[in-house]
Order: sequence, then structure tokens, then C-alpha cells
Amino acid sequence: MKTNDKGAAPRSMLRRKLMIGSAALALSLAMAPRPGLAQSPPTSEVNTTGLAVTDDTVTVGILHSITGTMAISETGSVQAEKLAIEQINEMGGVLGRKIEYIQEDGASDWPTFAEKAKKLLVQDKVAAVFGCWTSASRKAVLPVFEQYNGMLYYPTFYEGLEESPNVIYTGQEATQQIIAGLNWVAEEKGAETFYLLGSDYIWPRTSNKIARKHIEDKLGLKVVGEEYYPLGHTQFNSVINKIKLRKPDVIYAIVVGGSNVAFYKQLKAAGIDMTQEKPIVMTISVTEDEIRGIGGENIEGAYATMKYFQSLENENNQEFVSAFKAMWGEDMVIGDVTQAAYLGPWLWKAAVEKAGSFDIDKVREASPGIELTTAPEGYVRIHENHHLWSKTRVGHAKADGQYEVVYETTDLMEPDPFPEGYQ
Amino acid sequence: MTPMLTSARKTELIGFVIVAAVILLLLPAVTDAFRLNLVGKYLTYAFVAVGLVLCWGSAGILSLGQGIFFGLGGYCMAMFLKLEASTPEATSIQSTPGIPDFMDWNQITALPWFWEPFHSFGFTLVAVVVVPAILAFIIGFAMFTRRVGGVYFAIITQAIAAILTILIIGQQGYTGGVNGITDLRTLLGWDIRTDSAKTILYFVNAFLLLAVIALSMAVRSSKLGRILVALRDKEDRVRFSGYDVAAFKIFVFCFAAAISGIGGAMFTLQVGFMSPSFVGIVPSIEMVIFCAVGGRHSLIGAVYGTLLVNWAKTSFSESFPELWLFAMGALFIAVVMAFPNGLAGLYTSHVQPLFKRFGRKSAGRSAASGTETPAIAE
Repeated sequence: MKTNDKGAAPRSMLRRKLMIGSAALALSLAMAPRPGLAQSPPTSEVNTTGLAVTDDTVTVGILHSITGTMAISETGSVQAEKLAIEQINEMGGVLGRKIEYIQEDGASDWPTFAEKAKKLLVQDKVAAVFGCWTSASRKAVLPVFEQYNGMLYYPTFYEGLEESPNVIYTGQEATQQIIAGLNWVAEEKGAETFYLLGSDYIWPRTSNKIARKHIEDKLGLKVVGEEYYPLGHTQFNSVINKIKLRKPDVIYAIVVGGSNVAFYKQLKAAGIDMTQEKPIVMTISVTEDEIRGIGGENIEGAYATMKYFQSLENENNQEFVSAFKAMWGEDMVIGDVTQAAYLGPWLWKAAVEKAGSFDIDKVREASPGIELTTAPEGYVRIHENHHLWSKTRVGHAKADGQYEVVYETTDLMEPDPFPEGYQ
Repeated sequence: MTPMLTSARKTELIGFVIVAAVILLLLPAVTDAFRLNLVGKYLTYAFVAVGLVLCWGSAGILSLGQGIFFGLGGYCMAMFLKLEASTPEATSIQSTPGIPDFMDWNQITALPWFWEPFHSFGFTLVAVVVVPAILAFIIGFAMFTRRVGGVYFAIITQAIAAILTILIIGQQGYTGGVNGITDLRTLLGWDIRTDSAKTILYFVNAFLLLAVIALSMAVRSSKLGRILVALRDKEDRVRFSGYDVAAFKIFVFCFAAAISGIGGAMFTLQVGFMSPSFVGIVPSIEMVIFCAVGGRHSLIGAVYGTLLVNWAKTSFSESFPELWLFAMGALFIAVVMAFPNGLAGLYTSHVQPLFKRFGRKSAGRSAASGTETPAIAE
């Protein structure tokens, strides 16, 4: 609550939080061409709107929950973003400037996210923000980013129905994630009846709406039940009984957070053996991170559809996984969102370099068409609508907590946040 | 008796003038637009804390569900603003243009009946105060006429806060669910997101808060206020004296609810959205903590307590994003262990004696000291 003469306060804050350059990692520097010692363009040219850019640094923000109920999910994203920033710095930074970051805690509380987002944009003048996880937190910060013209890189797979000029969505929107999986289970497994299930909020509801439309209208198959339970719900016995009664071919589960643990344990205890695939359990909400809580033995045999699994066998991913483990510990697991969060700083770097400027408007203009061939998931490209073109994969859960990739779309799935015919 | 009251009133009036100066002059002078908006947000919680001073400090009714009323006031305002933002032109990409976006996502095709009146600004202003008061009346009537009090009442208010949260989250088609009601832009065509609008709203909020404090002071110093204190200390004796205890309790509970509602509405205006995270148990308890830190018997203390806790929360979490919760915990433990009567208690036990010593010295020189000194000592 003291006066902040511009410049002085952010710098002192930076010094305090600057943790970059601590561990020199043996990273593959082949991920992108090295700018080397090329002279960096003058600050007055690359920063015309007063962002926190100096002759040798550029400041960005990291805004996730590191306390509260969402901390367990968001920690992976924070780690991935820090890894990406460190790798970029090792390669010489962005336009010859090292990235420094200011980290703020959203504390699993949506108004706090809005407050911190505003602080990052107004007071710290960050050039980009990597952050948010839940839709609610994104909805809370969105007006702030639009009003103060910031750039948010949002990593989570989400329900779609949004297309902000101030957000790059690095996770998949619902149709990308859902449709390929449903097609696969119908074709490969001959599934005909589906039971839809989810936690009660916007993402599971919208996703199931899309799933139902696709199952009934496009595939001509049948939905035999649809139910929702409050977040944090732990008693799934009644729905499990209904499932046993209606005998669906597929249980399509979009249960999130702590409820997952109860749901899969109770499913197993009720005698539904997922490895027998009668019924098949298919989810879009359980990444490797969640399996740590659920226990691999409790979910073995289930299928998940996402764009990334830790077990993906390609060179980019092997390098990413080993760098991640080197920085954060051997026992770390990497889920879909963590990988999407890792893409954020890289996509931003590519856009800044293409624009030749840190100015938000120029970065926004440069963003569509940006491609990353070095992404752990393979290849991604930014669509006109600020979402990513990406492949969708089906993973088969193993007892060790990893997924085995059993299917991958041949083409990139086009992001379609406002899908026609699914409303 | 009379001289003591006068002196206490004098202290209170001086305190009021100081807090008014702090809010209206000092804070706007030393903070930039962004921080001032944050202070404005904190001050909306002070409405709840002031209500708790009356309810808990004066009348001994501990409510752990004040977030309910804050939230209801906030939601009333948010509904009005959302309807204003959801013009058919602005929502033309929806399946049903003209209704709030979250309704469209939840396959609702017509505006629910209870949203209709919120097209009117006049109705909204009334609803901000009346809706929380009505709910408080229902709760109060059901509890106090059955002589439910103390811990039981606190638990029931918590349960109601939990129920309301679940209701709002569960009925997301009508309420916006977990996300809340977001993306509020204008008030009667006036863009509330600009810095100048935020500054104006800050002062509107500050004047409303001061008015509420003045009103609360009037209530406390009236006969009504003394009956409230009496029924806190010896409820049976008040009842045997022929007073309808329940009516007094219901009144003060409704009063606290109504001013919490005003706080909620001002919150929505300044922050630009409302979400169920202000309605539940945790925020309700936090609001009790603001009041406790300030001192539950002091209206002015409630304002300082709210400012201190929230300022600490913000600055701790900015400086130590990974550790700030521990610092907050330490602050609360320190308050409870070291000065259980909060900031106000600290003031009366440590700061005031200094003044008194100084006062007595000068009073000794004047002849009028005789009437004043024993009264203060009492």
C-alpha cells in the first residue's frame, strides 16, 4: 500500500523472485536454432508500449495456484513453464533478452486470480502470462487481460465456447479431445451404448453435450444415461448400480479432482474389472498426474483420450521427459496439461521472434500460423482462432500409472471452439 | 454513568473522524489506481465486519455465515450487470441471443422468471438490501423464537452457507455455477472497468461504509443498543424484564445482513464479477477473522482489521507465493494469543493509557478534572 514509482518496485520484486540460472542443465540445445551472439535489437524498437523489457531482460508472469485445492494439479504446469523458460534462456533468450519471471499464487480462488492478473499486467507490466488451470479462473482473469491488453497462455484442455484475442489456448478444446476417441471406441471396440458421467460444472457438462450429440447424431449410437455429481463428491455407489443395471458398452467418465479416487476405487470394488473391457471405461479427465492419486492398479485397463501421454515415443518427448526429471526429480510424472503448459513459453518466443517485437498487438498478429516442430507431443500449429492444431491419442492405462498409446489420429485435429451442430 | 458514556462516545467520534480521514484522504493519496482498487475491494468486506461487530460484539450472536448475505447482495448486483451486458447484439453468437452466456451453455433458452425483475436498476438497489434481510429474517425467526443460540446458531449458519454454495454451484444454468457471473462491463451504460470509474466507485464505497458505520454507532448508543448488550450478557434477565428478546436478535441479525448485502454489491461493482467462492464457509469464517483482528467490540477496529488482514494477505502472497499461508496462520495465532480483543483492545490497553497519563497531567492543572478522571477510571 505504498506508492510505487514505476520501475523501482517491480525491479526489487524481480530480484527477490529471480530464481533463474540456478541449475545448469545438460539440455539438448538442438531444439531450435541458436541465435548465438547476434546483436539484439534496441529496446525502443521491440517494446513500444512500456512493457517490462530492458536491454537484456524481459519479464513474464506465471500465475497458477500453488496453494489450496488446485495446487496438486497446477504444480506440474508451473514446473513445465519454468523448465521451458530456463531452456529458452540457455539458448540465449528471446530477441537477445533473458526471460525473468514473476510468480504469483492464484490460491485456488478465482477472485485472487483476477487480482494477481491485474497486478502482473498493471504494476509489473509483464510481456506475457503463463497461467490459469480451471475454467473458472480463466473466466475470472479474462476481462482483466482484455481490458489491459495482456497475453495469456492457457494450458488446460477445456470446454471451448471461447475465443479471446488475449488468450492462446495451448490445450485442446472439447471437440478435439472427444470426437476422435468416440470414433475409435465405436470402430475398434464396436461400442454401441454409452453412459455419460461427470462432475457438475461447465467443462464436464459441455463435453458430455458434445459427446451425446456425436454419439447420437453422427455415430447413430445410444446414450443410456447421463449424470453429474458435485465437485468433491465421493459416493458413487448408486450410479455404479445403475451402470450395472443398464449394462452400457462404454462408461464415459469426466470426473475431476479428488472425486476420481473414490470413483475408480468404488468401480473396482463393485466388481467392474476394467481390464475385461465389459464395460469399457473411457475418460478425458484422468492424466498421469491424477493416476498418482487414484493408484495405477485401480484404473488399469481404462482408456483416456488426450493429445499427450508421457509414454509417447518420439525424440522430442524423450528429451522433454529427461529434462523435466533432471530439473524436478526422477519420480515426477507428466500429464497432458503439463506438456501443454510447456508449450506456452515456446509458442510465445516463436511469436515474438516472428513479430520482431514484444508488443502485445504484434505478438497477437504474429501468432496464427506459428508452428513448433519441437513440441513433445510432436507438431503443433496455432490456428486463426488461437487454439492449437494437434493430434489426439487414445491411451490404455497400465498398472504402473502410465498410459500405453494404442491409437493416434493420422491428421491434426482442427480446433473448433464453437462447433456447429453440437450446440 | 453519563460522563463515562460521553467520554466513550467522544473517543468513538474521534476514531470515526480518523478512519474517515484515512479512507477518504490518506489511502487515495498514497496508493496508485491499482492498489486503490484493491483497498476498495477490502473495504467491501468491512461492511460485513461492521455487521459482525453489531451482531457478535454487541448482541453476542456469532454468525459463521455472513458470506451468505455478502454473496446475495453481490449476486443481485451481478444479475443486473449481467443482463445489461447480455444484449441480443452482444450475444449474437449464442443459440439464444439476449440471455446471459452461461445460460446458453447450459441449454437454457429463456430467461428464468426470477431474473426478469433485475432488468430494473431500482429493483436491484432495493433487492441488494432486502433480499439478504429477508433471508436473515427467515433464519432469525426460525432460530431465535425457538431460543436457538450460541454454538448451535453458529453451526446452523455454517450449514446454510454450505447449502447455498451447493445450490448455486448445482444450479449453474441459473446462477453461473462455480464460474460465477463474470464479464460485467457497464452500469447503466457507464463503463465500470476504467481506472476513473474504479476511483469513483472507491469513493462511493467509502461514503457508504462511513454512513453504515455512523448508523451502526447510532444503533449502539441508543436504548436498543444497550438492550442488545444486556441480552448478550444476561439474556434471561432481559427476557424477565418483559422484553421480546427474539425480536431484538432478529433485528440486529437482519441489520447486519442488509449491510453485508451492500458490501457484496459494491464488491461486484469494483471487481467485475461474483462467484460462489464468497458465499461458502471459508469466506464467512475469514470475515469473522477480520472482525476479530480488529476487535469485535469496535466498529472502527473492524475496518482496520479488515484492511490489515487483507493487506497482509496480498503482500505476503506477492512476496512469498509458496509460504504466504503460513505467515497468515502465524498472524492469526498471534492475534488470538497476544491480543484477544484485537487491534481495538490493543489500543485501549496500551495506547489509551499513554493519552490518559498525558491527559491527567494536564487535567491536574485545570479545575474541571474532578468530573472526568473518576469516570475514566471506572
